[in-house]
Amino acid sequence: VSAALLIGAVVAIASVVLVAVPFLREPVAADDRLLHPDAAQRRRLARAEERDRALDALKELEFDHRTGKVSDDDYRAQIGPLRQRAAAALREADG
Amino acid sequence: MPDLGRAALATSFLLLVYASVAGTFAAWHGRRRLAESAQNALIAAFGSTTVAVVVLLSALARHDFSFTYVAQHTSRELPLGYTLTAFWGGQEGSLLLWLFVLCGYSVAAVLTARRAGREVLVWVVPVLGLVGTFFALLLVFVASPFATQVAPADGAGLNPSLQNPYMAIHPPMLYLGYVGLTVPFAFAMGALLARRTDERWIVATRRWTLAAWAFLGVGQLLGAHWAYVEIGWGGYYAWDPVENAALMPWLAATAYLHSVMIQEKRGMLKVWNVLLVVLAFCLSLFGTFLTRSGIIQSIHSFTQSSIGPWFLGFICFVTAGSLALVLLRLPLLRSKTRLESLVSREATFLYNNLLLVALALTILWGVVYPILSEAVTGEPSTVSKPYYNFFLHSFGLPLLLLMGIGPLVAWRRASLRALGRTFLWPTAAAVLAGVALLAAGAGSSRVGVIAYTFSVFVLASIVLEFARGTSARKALGSVGWGGAFTSLVARNRRRYGGYVVHASVVLLAIGIAGSSAYQTVREARLHPGGAMTVAGNRLVFRGFEARTVANHREIRANVDVYRDGNYLGRYRPGKNQYFAEDQVSNEVSIRHDLLTGGDLFLIADQVNANGSIDLKALQKPLVNLIWLAGLVFVGGSLIALWPDAREERRLAERYEGVAVRA
Repeated sequence: VSAALLIGAVVAIASVVLVAVPFLREPVAADDRLLHPDAAQRRRLARAEERDRALDALKELEFDHRTGKVSDDDYRAQIGPLRQRAAAALREADG
Repeated sequence: MPDLGRAALATSFLLLVYASVAGTFAAWHGRRRLAESAQNALIAAFGSTTVAVVVLLSALARHDFSFTYVAQHTSRELPLGYTLTAFWGGQEGSLLLWLFVLCGYSVAAVLTARRAGREVLVWVVPVLGLVGTFFALLLVFVASPFATQVAPADGAGLNPSLQNPYMAIHPPMLYLGYVGLTVPFAFAMGALLARRTDERWIVATRRWTLAAWAFLGVGQLLGAHWAYVEIGWGGYYAWDPVENAALMPWLAATAYLHSVMIQEKRGMLKVWNVLLVVLAFCLSLFGTFLTRSGIIQSIHSFTQSSIGPWFLGFICFVTAGSLALVLLRLPLLRSKTRLESLVSREATFLYNNLLLVALALTILWGVVYPILSEAVTGEPSTVSKPYYNFFLHSFGLPLLLLMGIGPLVAWRRASLRALGRTFLWPTAAAVLAGVALLAAGAGSSRVGVIAYTFSVFVLASIVLEFARGTSARKALGSVGWGGAFTSLVARNRRRYGGYVVHASVVLLAIGIAGSSAYQTVREARLHPGGAMTVAGNRLVFRGFEARTVANHREIRANVDVYRDGNYLGRYRPGKNQYFAEDQVSNEVSIRHDLLTGGDLFLIADQVNANGSIDLKALQKPLVNLIWLAGLVFVGGSLIALWPDAREERRLAERYEGVAVRA
C-alpha cells in the first residue's frame, strides 16, 4: 500500500468521522431543535442595542463639546433630548 | 502523490457540497446536530485542502515535473524560494490558494464569531460552503493543479518578473484580502436569510472586514513597489486591469468601513451597508475573474479559457441571488432614524461613500468597456490613463478634502459658529501651504498644488483631533499628557487608528503627486565616458559588466552619479537574460534620498552592440512617502484591529441576555 493511498484514506476517514461527530455523540437526541431567540429575547436585544446607541450618542456629544466641535448653544439644545432618550432606553432595557 | 492531491481536493469538494446542502437543510428546518455536522464539514474541508496544498508544495520542492503545473512554472535552476512561490504563479495554484485561504477564514470566522448569534451562524455555514464549493469544483473538474504528464528533463521556468522577493508576500496578501471579503458577505447573507437585521453580524465580522481590507491595501502597496523596482518602466501604478482588480473591492470595502459606523451609531443605512458588502465581495470575485480568465488579453482568450465562463456564471449567480435576498428583506432593513443635518459627521461619511463608490464604478467601467466593446464590435479597444486620471482627480481630491473635514464636524449636526472655530487652524495651515507652494514654483501642476494644499488641511485636522482629544482626556483626570494620549487612543481604537490610516493616505497622496506631477525624465545614448544631467544629478556611464549566475546572465551598466561635484556612488542598471524562460528583464537601479524622500531612477533602456547604452533617468520627488504610507497604514490598521477589553465587556453584556443553547 503506497503512502499516498494511506494518507488519502486517513484524510477521508477523519473527515467522515468529524462530520459524523454530532450524531456519534448523540445518536438519539432528546431535543434536536435549533433554539432561536424568542420574540422577548429579540426585543431585549433591540432595546440593548438602542440603549448602547443612546449612551454612545450622549458620550459623543459630551466629547464633541469638550473638543470644541459643538458650541455651548448647540450643546444645550441637544443634551436634553439625548438624556431623555438615553433614560428611556435604559428604562426599557432594564424593564 | 498527484493521486493524493486529487483525492484531497475531491474530499474538500464533497465536504463543501455537504456543508452547503446539509447546512441549508439544517438552517431551514432547525436541525441542531445537522447544523453542527455541516460546520464540522467546513473544518474537515480545511484539513483536506491543507493536504492538497502540502502535496503541491512538496512536488514543487522536489522538481517533480510529472506534475504539469510544476513543469509549466518552474525549472531545475530556479532558486528554491521562487520554486515554492510558483505555487501561486499560475492559474491552478492561485485557485488552490483561494480555496485554502477561504477554508481557513471560514473555520476561524465560524469558530470565533459566535457573537453573530446561532441563528445567523447556521446560515453562514452554507453560504461559506457554497463559495468554497465553486472553487473546489473548478479545482477538481476544470483546472486541477494535479494534472500529470510524462516528466520532461526540465521545466519551462517562472516568468522573470515573478522572480522577485515580493512574489513571496504580495500575492498571499492580496488573496488574504480578496478572500477575506467573503466573511462579511457570508455573515450579511446569513443575517438576511435568518431575518436578523440587528447589528450582531456587523459586530461579529468587524475585525474580519478590517483585516481583509488591511491585507488588500498592503497587498496593493507591495504590488506597486514590486512594479516600481521590478517591471522597470519608472512607475508604480499603470491603471492596468489587474491592478484595478484589487483597487475596486478595496474602495468598496473602504466605503463600507465608514458607512457601517453610521449604522452602529444611528441605526441608519442598513440597506446601503448590505449592498456595499455584496459589491465588495462581487468585485473581489470579479478581480479574480479578471486576472485568471484571460479576458484582459482579449474576448477570444476568455471564450477559450477553461475557467472564465464558470467564473462569469458564478458572479452573475452571486450578484442576482444576493440582490434578490436584499429585495426580499427590504421591509426588515428599513431604518427608523433619518439624517438630521447635511452638515454632520454622518453626512460627511455619506459624501465619502458616494465618492468612493463612484470612483470604484468608474474604474469598473474603464475595465469592462474594452471587453464589451470588443465583444460587440470585434475590434479591441483600450481605456487609457487620462480617463482614470480624470476620475481620480474628480473624485479623489474631494475625498482627500473630506478626510480632513469629517473629523472636524460633530455627529448629528454642527452649527456654523462651531465649524468656524474647528476649521480655523487647518484652513489657515492649508492656505499658507498653498501660497508657499505657489511662491516656490509648484504651480506648474494645478492638481499637484491642490493635492498638497488639501493634504496639509487633512494633516492639520488630524493633529488637531489628537491634540484636542488629548487635552479633553487630560481635563477628565488622566495622569499627564502621555497618559491622556494613551487613554484617548485606547478608548476609541477604531477612530484613532482610522485617523492614522488617514495620515497614511495623505502621505500616499503627497508621494503620488510629487512623483508624477513634478518628476523629471531625461533620455540619452551614452558611450563609455559620456555623461547626462537630470535634475541636478550628473550621470557618467563607465561601461558594462557581465556575469552568469544559476539561471540567468546579468549585464550591468556602471553609472557614476555626481551632484554639485560630489561623488554620490555607482549605480548599476541593466538587463537579465533568463535561459529556461528565454526572456529578458529590465533591472533598474535606484538611488534613494532619505532626506528629500525622492529617488533617482535609472533604466538601461537599450544595451547596444557597440558598447553604448540608451539610458533613461527619472528624478521622482517624494516617491518614498508612498512606501512610508504603507508602514503608517499598517500601524493604523493594527491600532484599529487591536482588541478593546472595554468594548468586549460592553458587547458581552449586551448579548448576554439573548444567548440560547448552541
